[in-house]
Amino acid sequence: MSKLAIPVTKHDHIQGDLSVACNLVEYGDYECPSCGSVQPVIHQLQKRFGDQLSFVFRNFPLREIHPWAEAAAELAEFAATQGKFWEMHDLLFANQDNLGEATFRALSEELELKESEVQHGLSSGIYKKRIDADFSGGVRSGVNGTPTFFLNGDRYDASTDFESIAAVMEQVLISDGD
Amino acid sequence: MPILTAGTTAPEFSLHVTPDQKLSLNELRGKPVVLVFYPADWSPVCGDELSVFNEILPELLKYKAALVAISVDGAWCHDAFAKHKHLHFPLLSDFEPKGVTARAYGAYREADGVCERALFVIDGNGVIAWSYCSPVAVSPGADGILQALEALPK
Repeated sequence: MSKLAIPVTKHDHIQGDLSVACNLVEYGDYECPSCGSVQPVIHQLQKRFGDQLSFVFRNFPLREIHPWAEAAAELAEFAATQGKFWEMHDLLFANQDNLGEATFRALSEELELKESEVQHGLSSGIYKKRIDADFSGGVRSGVNGTPTFFLNGDRYDASTDFESIAAVMEQVLISDGD
Repeated sequence: MPILTAGTTAPEFSLHVTPDQKLSLNELRGKPVVLVFYPADWSPVCGDELSVFNEILPELLKYKAALVAISVDGAWCHDAFAKHKHLHFPLLSDFEPKGVTARAYGAYREADGVCERALFVIDGNGVIAWSYCSPVAVSPGADGILQALEALPK
């Protein structure tokens, strides 16, 4: 079974507490329809499992088939430096059918990010480096498409509907993280 | 028959890579070859699998490795699929006689008439260095391929 090669650390984008029994890592792509449609499932899981679950998002843009995925990921990484990663992450998925310069400007405005700072940040290339590192770590972990999930470090290969993931999480919690 | 394992000489093949061109395994001799058998163009899992492999081509270059994928689809079907997915590696047609190459590698699903979801890393001398057969519904990812390439003698 494929395992998460890059352990979760405080440098990740995390919702929840890392010390809890159940950690879910998603490798995703903002332009991927399957990643978009799994968003509500993650919110449902967070609601159901509350503070027993921590959730991490890492970038896995499939650049050849999704021309805006990389730029969207960079914008989210820039927003992170302003403490607004998850707001941008959610907005990008909510607008994934209309990704492009105009949408990026509108979303930046909505989150009150200064256009000049966005442009300056994106032109620096540091976000691209982080995204490349996410991608490379994902490949080494056996990411096999988007989205790919790792539950406590093990690749989750079953169906990504709420009931299926929740059932496996219940088992993980019963066995206290193993 | 289970898939061929490490230490076995990789069976030779010569298959259509475009409607009017063929590619043979011996043309790739001297460098590592990543051979990807997959069930079908256009299926959701295969599309994901090949899109991931497409994105790791720069990493494979570090090992001077060539990536080729094989299914029983015809050359024209491959052509349309590769364009749709922007694939930058060859798709070979194990089309006529159907599945002969996949059978030689133990990677043919007789009941379904398609290839297994099987991966082979072949060294520069044409010997299989690593192989893996994934459940047909699960895309295998590239972690095993990279580990196998890393483990090849330098």
